[in-house]
Amino acid sequence: MKTDDLIGLLAAGARPVPRHAPEQRFVAAMLVGLLAAVVVVVLGYGVRHDLAQALQLPMGWFKFSFPASLAALAGAAVLRLARPGMPTRRALACTVLPLVVLWAVAIWSLEVAAPGERMALVMGSTWRSCPFSIAALSLPGLVALLWAMRQAAPTRLRLAGAGAGLLSGALATLAYALHCPEMAVPFLAVWYVLGMAVPTALGAAIGPRVLRW
Amino acid sequence: MEIEERLRTLLLLGLAADTQAYERFLSLLSAHLRAFLRRRLGQWPDEVEDLVQETLLAVHNQRHTYRSDMPVTAWAHAIARYKLVDWFRAHGLRGARNVPLDDADELFSTSDADAALARRDLAVLLGSLPDKQRLPIQHVKLEGLSVAETAHLTGLSESAVKVGVHRGLKALAARIRGTT
Repeated sequence: MKTDDLIGLLAAGARPVPRHAPEQRFVAAMLVGLLAAVVVVVLGYGVRHDLAQALQLPMGWFKFSFPASLAALAGAAVLRLARPGMPTRRALACTVLPLVVLWAVAIWSLEVAAPGERMALVMGSTWRSCPFSIAALSLPGLVALLWAMRQAAPTRLRLAGAGAGLLSGALATLAYALHCPEMAVPFLAVWYVLGMAVPTALGAAIGPRVLRW
Repeated sequence: MEIEERLRTLLLLGLAADTQAYERFLSLLSAHLRAFLRRRLGQWPDEVEDLVQETLLAVHNQRHTYRSDMPVTAWAHAIARYKLVDWFRAHGLRGARNVPLDDADELFSTSDADAALARRDLAVLLGSLPDKQRLPIQHVKLEGLSVAETAHLTGLSESAVKVGVHRGLKALAARIRGTT
C-alpha cells in the first residue's frame, strides 16, 4: 500500500474525537482501584473501631492526607506521562514532596523521642503485615491504571508503569489507613513507603512490555 | 512557528471530523516524517517508508491524546521519536540509546514529499484481519461507503461498524509490531 493511499484510508470517514477520553479513563481506573481497596479493607480487615477519635488527633488525619496528597500529585504526573510531548519533569519532581515532608516529620519525631522509644516508633506492632497489605490492596488499581495507560500513548514506558504503580499504591494506602492502628509517623515513613514501593517497582518492571504501542 | 499554526488548524478541524483537513494534516506530517526518518535511519534507507506508515498509523490511533493547549509539533515529534526508538529496540540495535533527545524543530525543519515504495504491504496485513474488522475498514475507509450503508451491507449494527473500524486499525498496528 502506498503512503498516500494509507493517508486516504485513515482520513476517510473521520469521526469526531472525544476530547477528554484519557482523563475519563484514568478517573474511572482510580475509582476502581480505590473502591476495590476500600471494600477489601472494610469487609476483610475491618475499620479500626476508634477511627472517629483518631481523627481528632493531628496524626489521625496525617495518615489520610499523606496518601491523598501523594495520589493527587501522582495522578497529575500520570496524566502527563500518558500524552506524547507533555513536559513531565516538574510534575514528577512534585510527587516526591509528600515523601520529603513525611520523612522530615519522621526524623524530627525520632529526634525528640526518648532513645529507648525510638525503635517502637519505627516498628509499631503491625510492621510484619503492613507493607504486604498495602502492596496487595494496590493490585486492582494497578491493573486498572495500566489498562487506562494502554489506551493512551506513553512514550517512556518504564516511567509510565512506575507512575501507575505509585498512584495505585497511594490509593491502596488511603484505604488501608481506615484499618491501620499505628499512630507514629516514623512507622509510616518506613512501612507505608515500602508498601507503595512494591507496586511502583512492579509497574516499572512490566511497563515496557504491557504498555508498548 | 508557521508550521505549528498550519498543523494545528488542520488537526483541530480533523478531530472535529473534517475529512479533507485531516487528510491534509496527515500528508503534511508525512513529508516531515519522511525527511526526519531518512536522516535518522541513514544506514537503513529501505526501512524509511515502512516507518513513515507505521508512525502515521500511530498518530491516527492515538489522536485522542492530543490536547488543544499543547503544540502539535511537540506531540507529533514525541510520537515519531518513540516509534524510532521502538524500531531500534525491536531490531536489537544499540541505536535505541543513541537516538538524540532532539526537539520538535528537528522533525519540522525539513520535508520530503517523495514517497518511496513501502516494503511491508499494509493491504496484505489488512486482509489478515477478522471479517468484523476487515469489512468495516474495506467499505467505510476504502470504498467510501457511509456507516449506515456498510451496516446494511454486512449485517452488522452501525455501532459495530464504528467499533470494527477503530479496533481494526489498532489491530493493524499490533500486527505491524508483531512482524518487526
